[in-house]
Amino acid sequence: MRTNPLVQLLLMRLRLLWRNPGVLFWTFVFPVVVSMVLGTAFERDVLGPVKVAIVDGAGAQALAERLATEPELAVLRLTAEEAHRQLSQGKVAMVLVPGPALELRVDPSRPEGRSARLLVESALSPPSADRKRLRATPVSEPGSRYVDFLIPGLLGLSLMSTSVWTMALPLVIMRGGKLLKRLGATPMRRGHFFAAFALARGVFALLEMVFFCAFARLAYGVPMVGSYLAFAGVVLLGATCFGGLGLFAASRIDSDESANGVFNVVTLPMVFLSGVFFPLERLPGWARPLIEALPLTPLNAALRGIMLEGAGLTTLAVPLAVLLAWSVVFYAGALRFFRWV
Amino acid sequence: MDLLAIDVKGLFKRFGDLVALDGIDLSIRRGECVGLLGPNGAGKTTTLEILEGLQVPTAGEVRVLGRAWATDADALRQRVGLALQETRLVDLLTVRETVELFASFYARPLPVDEAIARVHLEEKARARVGTLSGGQRQRLAVAVALVGDPELLFLDEPTTGLDPQSRRALWDVVAGLKARGCTVVLTTHYMEEAEVLCDRLIIIDRGRVIARGTPQEMIASLGAGQVIELEAEPAPSDARLSEVPSVVAVQRQDGRLLLRVGELHRALPAVLREVEGVGGTLRHLSTRRPTLDDVFLGLTGRSLRDEKEKAA
Repeated sequence: MRTNPLVQLLLMRLRLLWRNPGVLFWTFVFPVVVSMVLGTAFERDVLGPVKVAIVDGAGAQALAERLATEPELAVLRLTAEEAHRQLSQGKVAMVLVPGPALELRVDPSRPEGRSARLLVESALSPPSADRKRLRATPVSEPGSRYVDFLIPGLLGLSLMSTSVWTMALPLVIMRGGKLLKRLGATPMRRGHFFAAFALARGVFALLEMVFFCAFARLAYGVPMVGSYLAFAGVVLLGATCFGGLGLFAASRIDSDESANGVFNVVTLPMVFLSGVFFPLERLPGWARPLIEALPLTPLNAALRGIMLEGAGLTTLAVPLAVLLAWSVVFYAGALRFFRWV
Repeated sequence: MDLLAIDVKGLFKRFGDLVALDGIDLSIRRGECVGLLGPNGAGKTTTLEILEGLQVPTAGEVRVLGRAWATDADALRQRVGLALQETRLVDLLTVRETVELFASFYARPLPVDEAIARVHLEEKARARVGTLSGGQRQRLAVAVALVGDPELLFLDEPTTGLDPQSRRALWDVVAGLKARGCTVVLTTHYMEEAEVLCDRLIIIDRGRVIARGTPQEMIASLGAGQVIELEAEPAPSDARLSEVPSVVAVQRQDGRLLLRVGELHRALPAVLREVEGVGGTLRHLSTRRPTLDDVFLGLTGRSLRDEKEKAA
């Protein structure tokens, strides 16, 4: 009775990933939690109507009725004293004092005063046939919100960290516990061993993608403008590239402590620089070429391009080429430096 | 067919300036069970790892099952099984999954259940490796070593740190392998283990072979029928004691005098007179038959028991 060694090695990898609560947490739960926290924190409130106060007295009633035609104004009727108190506290944006000449009082340091004046002017100006009211249509469509920007970036980040850690940490542990040495003493083909790691990573990367995209769609209505197939291809390329980085980084380490340090050093800069949480445009221009060359930057660009703009693989040729080039570097380095004992 | 399972001539191994192996010759016949003994750092594990193809010698000729690692590694790995001194197998896999994984690497493996049964782990087949005791883990390591149905098996300190019961369980496994004609090379700190399991012993110290033979031959080579152990305060000098009739050798260990003697009835009264002669008071006196530990102590000045404690 003989079973296929590649199948057995792949089963081992999948069992290890599946049976490790830490891996499941970082792969599936963590990105969801981060997107919920950040998505909620950066959700902007819709502006309410601008509050204005009319000082009670002659003509106040008529003025209030005319202002009521403007839906973006909320009109209060207060005594002169109360009106001014609320203006100074910022509770109302403007105080209107009716009289022979209508007086508008605003606090010049507050922007709402300006909006209030424009709204009041528009409400009081006589309707005329040639002056149509301008109509504003609210725009906050899925695809242009912060959460839409965030989701593909978080997927990129999560792919990077899970790929590096789930590739590298088991190798470090296996080397430290002499299991690599023991396996090296069997007739096992080295290629099968690495292929099993890469295949298992691919399977988990795709699960990660499906789970996270489904979550983003259901919870936030984040759309998938481009093709899922192209997206999956980019996800696999990203997982391959960062798996290679993990393999390379772990090629000689044999203790958990040094592993933590090395893996953080290779991944942490990209967490902040590669456009996960905010666009690259916010970073200084001189650093851009450097940052564009880091492997997470093109991965995020490609994921965003497909997800939000429906970009095809051909338009993403440059970022994909950068990712591919890094993959070659990482795997060549890993093959050159990898130690079994 | 080549009758030698292992044929080694002039084996040297250097790590930088450190000479780990300083000219070792070995010939181990097929079907033999041979024990490598020696203090820590003597070169046992280095020797074993060169025989296992895990390290490359600096110089010397090594033939394993008639072949050389440099040219026939793939074929040799199919025919050799081994357990390293300590291997941390994957905690999250079950016993059966682990054995099945290793079985898949070999061309003609044993059935997985048979490999598990040979080390008596049937009841634990579905248990995760992380839940096993030290003895069960060692048995699993042996199951993994023999699942490829090897002709030659290397076991590096298979029972170190195990309780006596687990140790005996492993001895049964090794005895079973010997009975099937498998050649076994093991290292150990336990003289009882060496006596029970090994047909022949090779003692290594500072990278050289300092003695070889069957356990009986080695004990006989001491030329002593009995060992006197005594403690006295004050004790007579070693020089005086070694002139006592029939005393073969005098050694001190942990404040105790060990005297290997040819004939107890001649030596003992004279030894007691020497103690009286220096006005000493006896604190301990016992006699016993010499053991491998005495052989080891005589050759290296150290006791296997010390080495065992250091290892544990």
